[in-house]
Amino acid sequence: MSVIADAGASVVARPRRRVSFRAVFGLTVLLVIGGSAVWAPQLAPWDPGKQMLLKRLRPPMWQARGLREHPLGTDHLGRDILSRILYGGRISLGVGLTAVTLSALIGVTLGLLAGFFGGRADAFIMRIVDVFLAIPYILLAMGVVFALGPSLMNVILVMGATRWVQFARIVRADVLSIREREFVAGARARGNRPLRLLLRHVLPNALTPIIVVATLELAFMIIYESALSFLGLGVQPPTPTWGWMLADGRNYVATAWWLATLPGLAIMLTVLAVNLLGDWLRDTLDPRLKV
Amino acid sequence: MALLEVEGLRTQFATRAGTVRAVDGVSFAIERGEVLGLVGESGCGKSVTSLSIMRLVPPPGRVTAGRVLLEGESLLDKDAEAMRRVRGARIAMVFQEPMTSLNPVFTIGDQIAAAVLAHAGGRRRAAWERAVEMLDRVQVPSPRERARDYPHQLSGGLRQRAMIALALAPGPQVLIADEPTTALDVTIQAQILDLLRRLQAERGMAVLLITHDLGVVAELCHRVAIIYAGRIVEMAPAARIFEAPIHPYTRGLLRCLPHPSRFGQPLSSIEGAPPDLRQVNGGCRFAPRCPHALDSCRRDPPPLMERRPGHFVACPVVAV
Repeated sequence: MSVIADAGASVVARPRRRVSFRAVFGLTVLLVIGGSAVWAPQLAPWDPGKQMLLKRLRPPMWQARGLREHPLGTDHLGRDILSRILYGGRISLGVGLTAVTLSALIGVTLGLLAGFFGGRADAFIMRIVDVFLAIPYILLAMGVVFALGPSLMNVILVMGATRWVQFARIVRADVLSIREREFVAGARARGNRPLRLLLRHVLPNALTPIIVVATLELAFMIIYESALSFLGLGVQPPTPTWGWMLADGRNYVATAWWLATLPGLAIMLTVLAVNLLGDWLRDTLDPRLKV
Repeated sequence: MALLEVEGLRTQFATRAGTVRAVDGVSFAIERGEVLGLVGESGCGKSVTSLSIMRLVPPPGRVTAGRVLLEGESLLDKDAEAMRRVRGARIAMVFQEPMTSLNPVFTIGDQIAAAVLAHAGGRRRAAWERAVEMLDRVQVPSPRERARDYPHQLSGGLRQRAMIALALAPGPQVLIADEPTTALDVTIQAQILDLLRRLQAERGMAVLLITHDLGVVAELCHRVAIIYAGRIVEMAPAARIFEAPIHPYTRGLLRCLPHPSRFGQPLSSIEGAPPDLRQVNGGCRFAPRCPHALDSCRRDPPPLMERRPGHFVACPVVAV
């Protein structure tokens, strides 16, 4: 932390910020994965649904029976793994991002209200949170998807509507301490409206944990979507998703390692990149840690 | 008509263990351009008095009786929105703790500019210029650069200057300063007091200075009200409080101050402790600690009477 009390200096020279490894790595990986998801139709060598039964279960090209036209091999129906991973990223990332945004919107709003206004609003909101925590979220998701039918939209809605409690609890706990800080009392004494107090003075100070939770949740959502797909409740086959590929490849893990490993690797890389980026973002957004 | 009048103010906290009578019939008035010191020890109701004026007493606290008049308008009768427009614009507050009373995630220029925009409107650019100007007015060196600093980058003294700039940006008529220098070291204290006095004189602003520090009072106040256990026990021009205090509590307080002539002797203190504000009944609240208490003191609260011109005392004991 630099304390600046130099009256004479007109411009305070700050050391040039070093390029953060976490930021560069996280951003690069995410851009590559995101870009390949967006441009999957141009990048993919094959139609991800095209079955070529004569070329079933071929390993990646660097292995003995590998084929050059299928760089990452084929699955039990002879579909090209690389193409399926590229297309699968669209679903995994898209569903993950929208579901996190949705659950953050719900959770942060309710958490802010509960923590800031306290009393009955708090009791009411937190009892709803307890109800959501008491029901296993997969069970809840199953119920809703059975009722509404498994579509992309419903999957996103269900994921957002079951995970918002994570945001609500963290935000509420943070707001409880922030609202007692003197600058909030000061802002109130300057005649700020409650909504403005909440949005300008409380929310920005609660941003750090929100970002951290959002990155963790994005990772979770990708896996959550996989779990729903695995149970047949997610996005329906033949649409490729990483989760479904992982679940599907499980049966062949002893004989064809690439079926489960490669989509798993894609999930892992994405989650890692998101977490690193979130970490870096948290440090950068907190002015107290700025040099 | 005085600028700010407080009459018979009573603020109580209804707790499970009983009702705490934090402020119990406090009356005073502040004229334009006057600095009134409200002096008392911790827990005597100084801060609750100021929060009651702003109508910001946290629950379960409630103002149960009395009037607060700003230019003759009753603040306690205003609706929430009208009261909100009084806060900051007409009565501003400066708090004790400069570490925590600025929002850590915005630059101080941003915060002052936001206060200017909220009260005067106008363009962002102009508000920013006004913020820089305010920082200059409170003698922050190189204000244009400092405006871009976050609170944690400033020293305690600079932060308190920024707080004052923030409070004064909308041009309030009354400034309530709640222990503005308590958290600062002595040399910075003197600078801040000097600044407050200058700004107060320049703007003809009324100041209610809340403090437990009699040194600060001597430095800045025109008049002083001594408060004990939620009641004003003595109110007089500052010079009189120091030269000819009448109330036994005031005299006890002054004896507690270290003085060079008593070098080497232990500091004196007032015997006993302040009463439990849940269990006070009739009578003078200082009576249990008072060496001169009469039987009548314990029965009925002595009224605040004008013993000399401008010198009010709530004590029947004349000769000491």
